[in-house]
Amino acid sequence: MSSDQLPITNYLLPITHYHYMKLQKLLRDDRFWQIAGQAIAFLLVVILIALLWDNLTYNLRQLGIQLGFDFLGVQASFDIGETVIPYDPSNSYGQAIFVGLINSLRVVVLGLILATIFGLIFGIAQLSDNWLVQRLAVAYVEIFRNVPLLLQLFFWYFAVFLNLPGIENPIALFGAAYLTGQGVFFPWIEATAGAGIWLVLLLVGIVSAIALWRWRGRVMVERGRAGNQIWYALGSILGAIAIAFILTRSIPFRLNLPQATQGQIEGGLRLSPEFCALLAGLVIYTSSYIAEIVRAGILAVPKGQWEAARALGLKPNRIMQMVILPQALRVIIPPLTSQYLNLAKNSSLAIAVGFPDVYFVASTTFNQTGRAVEVMLLIMMTYLTTSLTISLVMNLYNRSVQIKER
Amino acid sequence: MQIQSSAPPTPPTSPLNWVQKNLFSTWYNSILTLVCLAVIVWGLSSFISWVVSTAQWEIVGANLRLFFVGRFPHELYWRVWTALGLILSLAGICWGYIVRKSPLFSRTILFGLGALIAAILLLPIELSARLWILAIAIISIVGYAAGRKLPPNISPWLTAAWGLVFIVNLWLIGGGLGLTSVPTNVWSGLLLTLLTAICGIVLSFPFGVVRAFSILYIEVVRGLPLIGILFLAQVMLPLFLPPYLRNLDRVLRAIAGLVLFSAAYLAENIRGGLQAIPRGQFEAAKALGLSPPLVVLLIVLPQALKAVIPAIVGQFIGLLKDTSLLSLFGLLELTGISRSILAQPQFLGRYAEVYLFIGLLYWLFCYGMSTASRYLERKLNVS
Repeated sequence: MSSDQLPITNYLLPITHYHYMKLQKLLRDDRFWQIAGQAIAFLLVVILIALLWDNLTYNLRQLGIQLGFDFLGVQASFDIGETVIPYDPSNSYGQAIFVGLINSLRVVVLGLILATIFGLIFGIAQLSDNWLVQRLAVAYVEIFRNVPLLLQLFFWYFAVFLNLPGIENPIALFGAAYLTGQGVFFPWIEATAGAGIWLVLLLVGIVSAIALWRWRGRVMVERGRAGNQIWYALGSILGAIAIAFILTRSIPFRLNLPQATQGQIEGGLRLSPEFCALLAGLVIYTSSYIAEIVRAGILAVPKGQWEAARALGLKPNRIMQMVILPQALRVIIPPLTSQYLNLAKNSSLAIAVGFPDVYFVASTTFNQTGRAVEVMLLIMMTYLTTSLTISLVMNLYNRSVQIKER
Repeated sequence: MQIQSSAPPTPPTSPLNWVQKNLFSTWYNSILTLVCLAVIVWGLSSFISWVVSTAQWEIVGANLRLFFVGRFPHELYWRVWTALGLILSLAGICWGYIVRKSPLFSRTILFGLGALIAAILLLPIELSARLWILAIAIISIVGYAAGRKLPPNISPWLTAAWGLVFIVNLWLIGGGLGLTSVPTNVWSGLLLTLLTAICGIVLSFPFGVVRAFSILYIEVVRGLPLIGILFLAQVMLPLFLPPYLRNLDRVLRAIAGLVLFSAAYLAENIRGGLQAIPRGQFEAAKALGLSPPLVVLLIVLPQALKAVIPAIVGQFIGLLKDTSLLSLFGLLELTGISRSILAQPQFLGRYAEVYLFIGLLYWLFCYGMSTASRYLERKLNVS
């Protein structure tokens, strides 16, 4: 090294060394890596979205498609098999989708209720000390949980409900309900003139029954007196019914029985084979999962709780109601919520059996208008809203059954 | 002096005792038993009489090939058999390796063998298929015996072997690189069902691990039905791709949809596994001087993945069932091909037979996998 270069090196060296040390310190710093990782990931996502957006706009321009929701006001000109609110092909696409949404909600709400009941029954039956009942419940769960829902829907629709005898020759159940290939007919009720008064009084009766039930429960726990919850609650409801009867001097509904006459069935409530197949498939599939959840929840309550409750002298049904179930619910509710969400999402398989739910109507709309992006956004919004509503309600309920600590 | 503890004396159990205790212990149990018996007798007898007299099983026998491999070219069947053989022999090795500490012939294995031999004898299939099945069975039993002799530190190699088998099998089925290529539109039947399910779970792993950190994506996908995601993949994915990828074929788009879907659920499972790792593991790894990426890669992820294996098996079973939805988008997987068989005029209206048969196939796979995974879980926890 020549002597005239030395000052320059000397001048540079401390700085480079300083920078080098600083860099090394930086590279060994966790916080730097955390921030850098976030920044890189963010950048990658932005680049990806930009690329996709660029492709989308390019492709849409190439295909001559414009974005916008104005097509919702255009006349739909397709019919919908079954509707709750009046609808005909001259209505708009927006109205058609709304009709589909109501159909979806109908099947989801009914499905949630029935699946919960069946799930509870089979879940408890799986723990029965009756060997036959227990085996039967296990078989139910294992069979229906391990076969795809879509296949079960096809089976119920094509092999069961469409295969029923025609309407000229229906299968009668106790002379009240009829099973036919064109639908299932149930007895139904019709409101009479005094139904409004009845409804209000019954609501008051039920609310006061719940309040009395809670109050007597508190009395029982805090003061150790007999609760007699059932008598108080029943008394409240029966009182409401008596007052309603005295006021209106009639019962609030008329029974509307389906009548089979020469190749026709009149009256009653008709459920289409599509609706029945979808409901049967959804309820049986989901209830087999719920049964597992209920079983696991009850098993999760330690055995000591049973024994302690029995040692305190509680009767078996009181043990279940006051000791086991409140604790099991804490374990049951989170997975139950996700099964409820699954049922709501799986209702979109209605398209496989031709039941006009929101997905079916939206996809018909797409076939007619070619608006893929907008229809997809509508579907997304619908299902996300449904899912959020269910999980919100269930989370509120979940909070109410959790352990309240000081 | 030590007092020996012993179990309380058990009263002798006779069949009559057992029946009394388990079926007729109380009056309501007796009623339940009788009701259940009536239901079982009525259901089973009407089902059996339907199976024997009313049902026409020719539709299943005549289309057996279609159900399993669909329209895969007949002269290339050896490739499917080889792929199956590779999977089963490796499965045999792994099974033997895992249960190497238990006695040689457990009841499960004996039952499995018996069922296999019965299946070979009973199925109305051609001779070459029977020979293939026999050969594969022998190879997997040999693999099982060999797996028991493997040294205990071999497990990373077994994992690598599974990756290799996956790639080799894709090559065997798809062709190319010296083999006649089989276009994706003739992939069908059970073959396509298994292929899409396996691709769906395997390819979603990288996404699932990375996306364990992105909440918005997970929440949106989990809020949507799979049918919506598949619609997105079939109809909208081409709109988001550059023009030279626009005519991506239907099977690949379907797999893309399944991956998008299962990645979100996998991410959620893995997040659960990550949360189950105690903080001390992070701190100990850091104290050893590992850098943050290495802490995640070497310490946290292996433990997290091991903790969520049951959840992942459950997810795979779900995905296998969900592949039936592809039939709604015109793919000919197991459900799709049975619908196209049912559309043939000579088989019109034989829904119950076909749906029961493919339902049984799905059930065998799903139930078998969940039973096997529960068994393995117990084994792995004990050792």
